[in-house]
Amino acid sequence: MKKNKMINLKINNQSVSVPEGSTILQAAQKLNIHIPTLCNHDDLCVAGNCRVCVVEQKGARVLVAACAQPVVEGMEILTNSLKVRNARKHVVELLLSEHRADCTKCYRNQNCELQTLANEYSFGDHIFLDLVGRHEQMIDYASCAIIKDDSKCIRCQRCVRTCSELQKVSAIAVSGKGADMKISTFHDRPISHVVCTNCGQCVNRCPTGALTEKNYIDYVWDAIYDTEKHVVVQTAPAVRVALGEDLGYDPGERVTGKMVTALKQLGFDSVLDTDFSADLTIMEEGTELLTRLKKVLVDKDKDTALPMTTSCSPGWIKFIEHKYPKMLPNVSTCKSPQQMFGELAKTYYAEKKGLNPENIVSVSIMPCTAKKFEANRPEMRDSGYKDVDYVLTTREFAIMIKQAGIDFRTLESSHYDSLMGDSSGAAVIFGATGGVMEAAIRTAYEIVTGKPVPFDNLNITPVRGMEGVKEASLKIEGCKKEWKFLEGVELKTAIAHGLTNANKVMDAVSKGKATYHFIEIMACPGGCIGGGGQPIPTNIDIRQKRIDAIYEEDMSLPIRKSHENPEIIQLYNDFLEKPNSHKAHELLHTHYVERVKY
Amino acid sequence: MMKTKKISKVDLIFEHIDPREILIKVHGMSSEEIIEEILESGLKGRGGAGFPTGMKWKFCSEEKEKTKYIVCNADEGEPGTFKDREILDRVAYKVYAGMAIAGKAVGAKTGIIYLRGEYKFLLPQLRMELDSFHKLLKETGYDFEIDFRLGSGAYICGEESALFESIEGKRGEPRNKPPYPTTAGLFGKPTTINNVETLVNSVIIMKYGSDRYKQMGTRYSTGAKVFSVSGDTPIPGIYELELGMSLFEFVKEFGDGDTKTVQVGGAAGFCVPRKLFANTVIGFEGVPTGGSMKLFNSSRSMYNVLHNYLEFFTEESCGQCTPCRVGCQQLLKGIESVKKGESQSTYLNELIKLADTMKIASKCGLGQSVGNAFKSIVENFREEIIY
Repeated sequence: MKKNKMINLKINNQSVSVPEGSTILQAAQKLNIHIPTLCNHDDLCVAGNCRVCVVEQKGARVLVAACAQPVVEGMEILTNSLKVRNARKHVVELLLSEHRADCTKCYRNQNCELQTLANEYSFGDHIFLDLVGRHEQMIDYASCAIIKDDSKCIRCQRCVRTCSELQKVSAIAVSGKGADMKISTFHDRPISHVVCTNCGQCVNRCPTGALTEKNYIDYVWDAIYDTEKHVVVQTAPAVRVALGEDLGYDPGERVTGKMVTALKQLGFDSVLDTDFSADLTIMEEGTELLTRLKKVLVDKDKDTALPMTTSCSPGWIKFIEHKYPKMLPNVSTCKSPQQMFGELAKTYYAEKKGLNPENIVSVSIMPCTAKKFEANRPEMRDSGYKDVDYVLTTREFAIMIKQAGIDFRTLESSHYDSLMGDSSGAAVIFGATGGVMEAAIRTAYEIVTGKPVPFDNLNITPVRGMEGVKEASLKIEGCKKEWKFLEGVELKTAIAHGLTNANKVMDAVSKGKATYHFIEIMACPGGCIGGGGQPIPTNIDIRQKRIDAIYEEDMSLPIRKSHENPEIIQLYNDFLEKPNSHKAHELLHTHYVERVKY
Repeated sequence: MMKTKKISKVDLIFEHIDPREILIKVHGMSSEEIIEEILESGLKGRGGAGFPTGMKWKFCSEEKEKTKYIVCNADEGEPGTFKDREILDRVAYKVYAGMAIAGKAVGAKTGIIYLRGEYKFLLPQLRMELDSFHKLLKETGYDFEIDFRLGSGAYICGEESALFESIEGKRGEPRNKPPYPTTAGLFGKPTTINNVETLVNSVIIMKYGSDRYKQMGTRYSTGAKVFSVSGDTPIPGIYELELGMSLFEFVKEFGDGDTKTVQVGGAAGFCVPRKLFANTVIGFEGVPTGGSMKLFNSSRSMYNVLHNYLEFFTEESCGQCTPCRVGCQQLLKGIESVKKGESQSTYLNELIKLADTMKIASKCGLGQSVGNAFKSIVENFREEIIY
C-alpha cells in the first residue's frame, strides 16, 4: 500500500504533521485544539454548511471551514483570531435567531449541541431579530415513533445525510431555497405517511431537539401508579451496555444489575428480560430455517423461499415492505423478541401468575424508535390485547431514573424476576451486528449435529465485527439421523447492518447474484447497540465499546446457548409444546404487508 | 485622480466572422500554444469573478483524466445583466467555437451549455445553429460535441459548483472547494467552466492574436466587455466598451444628467455614489462587473433599492449555509425594523458587522457578495435607510 504523504502545517503557531487528505479539523484534533462544529458528524460525509468551524487561513481572502478544508503544506491557521471569533459568534447568533430556543422545555435540554455553543459564544441579549414563525404549525406529531419540529431545526442536514447515506431511505430531504429552505418529506407529508423506517438514526444525529422520539414516559408513570394494573417491563439486550452513558458512565460500561434494581425501584411489578424472548426467537427462527432448508433440499418445494432473513429489526421490516415487497416471503415469520415477549406476557405469564391479561400493562425498554411503530402494528395483537403497550427508548428510561431521584451509581445489583427473566449469552449478543446469526448457529448446529459449534469458547468470530456486509459459511458435518440431508452442506450466511448495506445484500439476492441460506439484517449501524433510541451522541468508537461490552456480557453468563435456557425449556413443556407448534405459530409468528414505494 | 481611459466603443463580440477559418487555425496549434495565447492575452472571466481564463484552461489541461468537460455558463441571472442572451441570440456560433477551442486546449470532447431556464425560447434556434456547427466541427477535424441543459430559474445555479449539481440532477447547492472544477467538476471529472462572453473572447483572441487584444483595456483589465446598461438612462441597452474607463466617463455617456448612483455588477456588486464616480475604474483593478450597470437618479429611494436586493437574496440563497440563509433574512428584517423605528438606527452598525461576516464566512460567492451591495448602500445612503 502506498504510504500516505505527510503534510506539515501550523495551527495557532504550533506545528503539526498529518497525512495528506486530512482536514484542518483533524489536524487541530491532533494538537488538542478544539474547533466547534455542528453540521460535521463522524459517521457522515462532509457538508461544510453550518460555518461554525470557520478558521482563518493566512493569505486567504475568506475564512475556511475547518471540517471541509484539506490541509496544504505550509498552511498557517488561526482558530481563535478576532476575525474568527466575531464570525463564529455571528454564526451562532444567526442559528439562534431561527431556532425556537425553548430550552427549559426541550427534550434535548443539556444534551444539545447548539445550546452548548450558545453558552460558549452568546451571552445576554441576542443581537438579531427573532425569525421563528408560528411554531405550532411547524411540528409534525403524527408518527408514533418520531417527532419532527421544524422550529428547532438549524438546517445542518445531518438527518438528511444520515437518511440517504447510512440508510438509503431518504425519507427526509431538503426542500425550498433561501428563507424557505427546510428539511422536508415527500410532498411535505407527515413522517408517518412517507417511506420512513422509523429507525431513528436521524434522531441520534440531530444536534438539537428538531428530531426526537415520541415520548411515552408519562403514560408509563400513569400505569405504574395505577394500582389496578400489573406492569411488566422487558429490557432489550442493547440497553444494558448503553444506559450508563446517559447516567454519567463512559461508553461500554455494563450496568445490567443496577438497571434491574432501578426498574424495581421505579415501581414496575415485574422486571423481566427481552433476552428471554431472544432465546425463544432462536428456537423459533432456527427451527423455521431448518424446516425451510428441508423443504427446499429434500421436498424440492418451489414455494419455500430461501435465503431466509431475520425479522427482529422493525426498521428493516418496514424497509423491505417498502423497497423489496416481492421478497417478503424470504423474511422469517417470527415476531421480534419484543413482540414475542409482549404476546407471552398477556397469555403465558398471565396464566402462570393467575392475572387477568386485561390488567397487565406491558412496557418495553428498547434501544430503538422503530419498536414504537412495531408495537402499534395491527398484527401485534394476537394475545387479544395490544401485546406491548408502551415502548420507551434507552434515553426515556434514563430520564425516568433521574425523575425518580435514583442515585444510579450507588445502586446494588439485582436479578431479573421470574418467569421470563432468564436468558443465555446467545440472547444478549442479539444487540450486536452478527449476534442473531451467531446465536442461531450455536443452537441450530447443535440441534443438527448434537455437538457444539466448532469454535473456541463458542465464539463464532467470522460473523462479528463492524464491516458493513459480512459473509461467512460453515460446513455442516456429523449430522444426526433426522438431519442427514444437511450432511456436508455448506451453510452460507450474510450479515448486514445499516440499511444501505441491507440494500446492497437484497439487491444482490434479488438479482440472483448472491446465494445465501440465511441473512441477518439490522437496520442500524452496529446493530441494536447503535439503535435510534440509544444515548446521544453516537460514533464508531462508542458503538465499538458497546459491542465489546455485549460480548463481555455473553462470556460472563453461565448459559451461552438459547436452547439451554431452563425457562425456555419450561415454556415449551408447559405451554407451547415444541418450536413452530400450532400454538407457537398462532402467537409468535406474523405476516407482513406490502407498502408503497414512495 | 486616477488615470483612466475615455469611453471607447468596440465591435468585436457581435462582429461576424468565419468560424471555419478560426477552427482551422486553432486545429494547427498545440494545446500548449492555445493556452499560452490565452494566458498572454490577460483574459479574465467575464461572468464577474474575473479568474484568469488561461489559468483555468492550463489547470484543466494538466489533469490526467480521460473524460473532461467544457461547460458554458449561460445561466445569466444577475439582476440587470442581459448580454449573454444577446450574444447567444446573435452569435451563438462564436460561443460554440469558443467551446471547441477550449476543448482542444484542455483535452475535452464534450461541451455542455447550461442555459438559463428563462431563455428556453432561444433553444430551437440555438439547436438549429448547433447542428450546422457540429457539421463544421467534423469537417475541420474536431472531435467535440455540444449539448444543452436547462436551468429552472434558481439564481444560485449560476455558481459553478451548484450548476454542476444541477446538471447532475441534484439540488443546486454549491460544493465545498477544493476540489476546484478543474480537478473535479461535472460528474467529478476535470471541467473548464466559462461564461458565454469569455468563450467568445477566446475566439476573438485566436482571430486577432493576444498582442492586438491586449492593446484594448488596461494592464489588469485587458480587452473589452459587453455592458448591460439599464435604469435611469435615456439609452438603455447593450454596449461593448473597452475596460478601464472611469465611472464618471460612463455616466457622462449614459446618465440622464441626474445620476445619483450606479450599481455596478448587479445585486452582487457595488453601489457607487456620485462623489466617487471620478475615482472609480470599471475593471478588475477597480470595481469589476459581469456587465450589469444600473443607473439611479435622485428620484429613487435607496431604501427601496436595497430592500429589493435583499428580498432577492433572501429568496435566492440556496439556504444551506448559515451566514447566507439567515444573514440575508436578518439584513432584510433589520432594515425594515430600522425604517419602522422598531430598532434604533445604530442597529445598522450591527448589520454592517454581520455583512462583514457574511463576506468571509459564507460558503460560496453568493453569500460572500451580499455584503457588497448592503454595505455600499448603507454606508453611502444611511439617512435614506433610516428616514
